[in-house]
Amino acid sequence: MVSNFGFGALVITLIVSIYGIIAAVYGARKNSLAWVESARKAMLLTFPLISLVALSIIYLLVTGDYQVQYVYNVTSSTMPIYLKVTALWGGQAGSLIFWSLLLSAFASAVTLRKWDRDREFLPWVIVVALVTLVFFVGMSIFFENPFVRFWQTAGGAEAVAMFKPVGATNLTPFDGRGLNPLLRHPGMIIHPPMLYLGFVSFVIPFAFAIAALVTGRTDDRWIRVTRRWTLVAWLFLSLGLVLGSRWAYDVLGWGGYWAWDPVEIAAFMPFLSGTAFLHSVMIQEKRGLFKRWNMVLIILTYSLVIFGTFLTRSGVLSSVHAFSQSAIGPLFFGYIGITFAISLALLLQRWNALRSEGEMHSMLSREALFLLNNLLFMGILVVCFWGVLFPLISELFTGQKVTVGPPFYERSTGPLFAALLLLMGVAPLSAWGHSTVKTLGKAMWKPFIASLIVPVIAYVLGVRAPMAFVAFWLCGFVALITLYEYYRGVAARHRKNGENVFAALWNLMGRNRRRYGGYIIHLGVVLMALGIIGIEMFQTETQGTIPPGGQMSLGSYTISFDKLDIFDTADGRNVARAVVSVERDGKPLGQLFPRRDYYYDSQQPMTIPGVRSTMEDDLYVLLVDWEPISSTGVTFKVYHNPLVNWLWLGGFVFIFGTLVAAWPEKEPEPVRVPAVNRKMTSSGVQSAD
Amino acid sequence: MDLTLKKHITLTLIALFAGLLLAGLFFTLVQAQSPTPTDNEVNAVAKQLYCPVCENISLDVCPTTACAQWRALIRAQLAEGKTVDEIKEYFVANYGDRVLATPPTRGFNWLVYILPPLFFLGGVYMVYRVLSTMKYKKPDQPAQPPVEPGEADQADPYFARVEAELEQHRKNGE
Repeated sequence: MVSNFGFGALVITLIVSIYGIIAAVYGARKNSLAWVESARKAMLLTFPLISLVALSIIYLLVTGDYQVQYVYNVTSSTMPIYLKVTALWGGQAGSLIFWSLLLSAFASAVTLRKWDRDREFLPWVIVVALVTLVFFVGMSIFFENPFVRFWQTAGGAEAVAMFKPVGATNLTPFDGRGLNPLLRHPGMIIHPPMLYLGFVSFVIPFAFAIAALVTGRTDDRWIRVTRRWTLVAWLFLSLGLVLGSRWAYDVLGWGGYWAWDPVEIAAFMPFLSGTAFLHSVMIQEKRGLFKRWNMVLIILTYSLVIFGTFLTRSGVLSSVHAFSQSAIGPLFFGYIGITFAISLALLLQRWNALRSEGEMHSMLSREALFLLNNLLFMGILVVCFWGVLFPLISELFTGQKVTVGPPFYERSTGPLFAALLLLMGVAPLSAWGHSTVKTLGKAMWKPFIASLIVPVIAYVLGVRAPMAFVAFWLCGFVALITLYEYYRGVAARHRKNGENVFAALWNLMGRNRRRYGGYIIHLGVVLMALGIIGIEMFQTETQGTIPPGGQMSLGSYTISFDKLDIFDTADGRNVARAVVSVERDGKPLGQLFPRRDYYYDSQQPMTIPGVRSTMEDDLYVLLVDWEPISSTGVTFKVYHNPLVNWLWLGGFVFIFGTLVAAWPEKEPEPVRVPAVNRKMTSSGVQSAD
Repeated sequence: MDLTLKKHITLTLIALFAGLLLAGLFFTLVQAQSPTPTDNEVNAVAKQLYCPVCENISLDVCPTTACAQWRALIRAQLAEGKTVDEIKEYFVANYGDRVLATPPTRGFNWLVYILPPLFFLGGVYMVYRVLSTMKYKKPDQPAQPPVEPGEADQADPYFARVEAELEQHRKNGE
């Protein structure tokens, strides 16, 4: 009953969406406000419709209707209610619905804005949003239907179908298989929605870009309208990535946070192109340059968002066979290919109209350095894209499966990331239009001198690896430059207005949130870099089997195995929980409880580390194996992860900075700046961005 | 010399010699037998190999039973005195190139290493093209800060510029 209702709502959503596309195109062509308004209402209607679909799934999940295949696959009777609700995005079919729900919510919100100044965009924004929605809803209806049910045919065979086959009877399993234990973690409950919100929000700037191309309104209005959307998309994507890393660190039990897995990279790629886009649009706003490139970037980001959505859940890229056997693999690729080709065709059509209005005048100008920033981001993107696709291509052409693992990505992208870090420090000091070595040098010599203390401190603290000195110095240099920029602004306000430090800082940031929010983001990146350097360059590990009372050491840490408890829990787990005492240089630091949970329903184990966290380091203890009968020996794996918590702290700072930058400001009346007036505003100090 | 004593000495010498021989043999055998490799030695090799059945998980951290058996195999091969490269070759021969962390540099695999740098060089060339069309010119005089009379602080040009830019930013809605 509820399944049929949900499926019906899904079909109606598809029909309404297709109507909306037709009405919007017709309205735009005939210049009919009534038709465009009708399309807008169709767009708005999709949200309650998809909400009904999602609510139907949630109802089935919570009530445990295991006749529905999706419910059977992702829930079980022992799961708590909140996990049953969040199982909406625990599998592919539900994820697609969730994606559609978010898209219709965001697109509806966009259509509710004031369209006084850019009404010509409206029908095409609706078209792009609804075409995307039709694709996802269509996938749900025809290939990944979350409402299909189990039936027993007249011949006694088991069948899976949406509607009851003739002569069949209901087949309801006694219990479900339960959600993958790895997904039963708070991080995994929030992580996918954040990632999806990021993915979906990027559809909005893309929709405006396409609207600008179709209507021929090739000024930077589309960029100004979508600036905040882009930042919001970026914020959610960043949150999704940070939460995903934290989840991996807490749950996957391998002592790391990032494995260069195709699924991770799939989420990372739109972030890379999106970050390049965020920087590149500023060049267009300030200097009227790179209009075509910005179009390319947003088109690319949209394609990568679709690619990422597809990859994060389907797993079909694991082999050529999985790809060819899956109906959705070729469809996703087909959709990406077609939308990419159409978008590029539109871009080529407007190629001449998108000529740059200004010129570049200096190799060290902000726009030139942003161009380098784009080059580096694209370099990393190509490595990621090729690394993800290559195993499939290799298998296709040679029949040989290969692994493209972390060493490939680390070696290829390491220097590019380091160059980006340096650029992140230098670029904000350069001015739009023109900068010279002299003006840049003047702005950075003090932080440079101060930063030389960083390698000295590193040496005193025992660092000996040459690359580590360079890496730490780079972090120190960039952080000092950024802080110095704050200092200069605050000191100037203090001198002039007599404001105290906090008032000066508050007013400075309030006057240009985008710039100073951006600086906070840069500081967040530096902190994250510290954490990454710590764990990548200085991680140590050991593994050993010790009896109760036995000890094993790693560096200055010693752990003693106290006891092992094995017990069942009410929620269907068999838990093996070790108690270990930790000492450092003979000084007791407390106990840790590494454990292994075995989930009876899904028959999967999960390794939960015992972690002692400080800003200096993490001691990360895993319970690897044990003798269940005599408990005479337990195998532990111990990781020492220096500085890793700076990564999470940096993540917080990063998100805070993005919030500051994206915080709404009152939109002023537009001032169209003619091309001839797009000149640099200063020679040595950066202009406002 | 007493015959019995002579016999005793001979027997003692023979026993001593045999004992020495046995002891020598024992120590030789013990020395030939390597001690069981530690978990850390096994993991050092396993870290360089990827699970032949799971996707993108290195053998040292893979929790499946199959991988535990492969780790046991690595331990056995280390105990036999095989080098890391020999063990890796064994795994490649039995399970294919996918057990290696990166594709071996031969044949078709070269593409994975060559294409990204080529693209990057293409990007560098494009940036070069953009920069080469650049028209060098001296910067214009900085625009006079649009500040109210009396507000401009000649003694603090940095402040004046920051304020001017912020004002410009406000006007442009940026």
